Amino acid sequence: MLPAIDIKHVSKHYGTLCALADINLTIQTGEFFALLGPNGAGKTTLINVIAGLALANKGTVSVMGHDVINQYPKARQNLGVVPQELVFDPFFTVRETLVIQSGYYGIKNNSAWIDEIIHHLSLDDKANQNMRTLSGGMKRRVLVAQALVHKPPVIILDEPTAGVDVELRQSLWDFIQQLNQDGHTILLTTHYLQEAEALCNRVAILKQGRMVALDSMQNLIGSVAVGYILRLKLSVSILPTALQKLQICYNKGLHDLKIDDYDQIESVLEILRHADIKVVEMQLLHPDLEEVFVGMMNKTEEEQA
Amino acid sequence: MIGFLTLLYKEFLRFWKVGFQTIAAPIVSTLLYLLVFYHVLEAQVEVYPDVAYTVFLIPGLVMMAVIQNAFANASSSMIQSKVSGNIVFILLSPLSYREIFFAYILASIARGLLVGVGVYIIAIIFFDIPIRLPIWALLFVVMGSGLLGALGVIAGIWAEKFDQLAAFQNFIIMPLTFLSGVFYSIHSLPSIWQTLSHLNPFFYMIDGFRYGFFGVSDISPYVSFSVVAACFIIVSMLAIQVLKSGYKLRH
Repeated sequence: MLPAIDIKHVSKHYGTLCALADINLTIQTGEFFALLGPNGAGKTTLINVIAGLALANKGTVSVMGHDVINQYPKARQNLGVVPQELVFDPFFTVRETLVIQSGYYGIKNNSAWIDEIIHHLSLDDKANQNMRTLSGGMKRRVLVAQALVHKPPVIILDEPTAGVDVELRQSLWDFIQQLNQDGHTILLTTHYLQEAEALCNRVAILKQGRMVALDSMQNLIGSVAVGYILRLKLSVSILPTALQKLQICYNKGLHDLKIDDYDQIESVLEILRHADIKVVEMQLLHPDLEEVFVGMMNKTEEEQA
Repeated sequence: MIGFLTLLYKEFLRFWKVGFQTIAAPIVSTLLYLLVFYHVLEAQVEVYPDVAYTVFLIPGLVMMAVIQNAFANASSSMIQSKVSGNIVFILLSPLSYREIFFAYILASIARGLLVGVGVYIIAIIFFDIPIRLPIWALLFVVMGSGLLGALGVIAGIWAEKFDQLAAFQNFIIMPLTFLSGVFYSIHSLPSIWQTLSHLNPFFYMIDGFRYGFFGVSDISPYVSFSVVAACFIIVSMLAIQVLKSGYKLRH
């Protein structure tokens, strides 16, 4: 099947700064894909290269089989991008903005679909207000709406939930998930790792312009952290020596111990009993993306050092 | 085609919605020039035989207003979109660079013409200013505003800050306009200044436009037409090339 986004050997530098170094990535149609990485890792640059907002120094990118440089009208027709910056045109109302946006993509009389997007993003009572008068969260919703007016098969969201309240975040993700189920391919960047974990099937992690991981969510979580985390609140703050080698962090009175399986819980509790330490609270945690992410970042740092 | 028409419509709305500032204000300031020069010079200067100075002046002022506003329209629209970031909506769209170019300059021509027509309509209430050769006048006003629109696109893309754009306007566009024969016939100038005026493309716009009014001009209207058309084509091709390359727009 035709890949939704195909990135081959893409490099991009600004002067001496290398923003992207030989990135290869294929995102299949229907995927819900997350691009993660710390600030300055090159996530937005990569998105800009896909969207045609930045020009790669080397390599090629295609969207639904159309090269983003040589066949840019078709590539862009297939792509909807929600930019990270809260940009808007202060001359227009929400509805005017969406009508104009539809026109750019060659669509006339788009009001049925525009009404539907407005409704899904809870913009109904703002539809005839000038863009200037909207709050940040509302402007963000309009940006999402603008990316969807032409029903693009591929949707890119660059940190769509940054600075957005919890309620919108939830309704936004419900909507995006619905779009994904309807067959749209989604590529997103986010700082909220739980979001990526809950929504995406595959992840790439970028660091300093390089791709340091690319795998399915399950494999990635499985690969780095096998086992579980036992989080304990104890009657004392110092762990018995026997347990100190298991400790991975101590934070706000909580000890996090790394264990391999459920049986090990028993032995931990036994050691505590012997030392006459009471367990105040206990929690068993599964490894999550955040750990993978932090692990991945530390690992590459060690390699470089 | 729908994409192009939409961008044209958006560019049109952009100045129309603030028409007080973009159309009414330049009409008023141009009429103030007319008022002042009329009082000071009417009795003293006669440029062409049987043409009163004020009547000579009016086509020049109309053209000056047209080209300044054509430039201001494209350049300010471009830089505002760049600075506020909403240029991405155009850059992300499948609109071709040619469509973007033509939408911007057609909106510039439209605003230039609206201001020019506004000045002319108010002026004919007080003065008798026939247009003897309207086709010539129209040709020059459209090409002149198109040329300045194209220059405005380039300046708006090049400038990163508003003061750079203001510098372009004040140090290039304004001197070229004021020294192009809006207020005088270049035959009244010392010969060195006459020669220099011939290097100013704006001179040909004004002179050719005036030919459309009086059927008289400093130089042949065919020469003026050729110069203005050549400049229009060269600057337009440059502007299209700038848009195509992504210079300062696509990083």
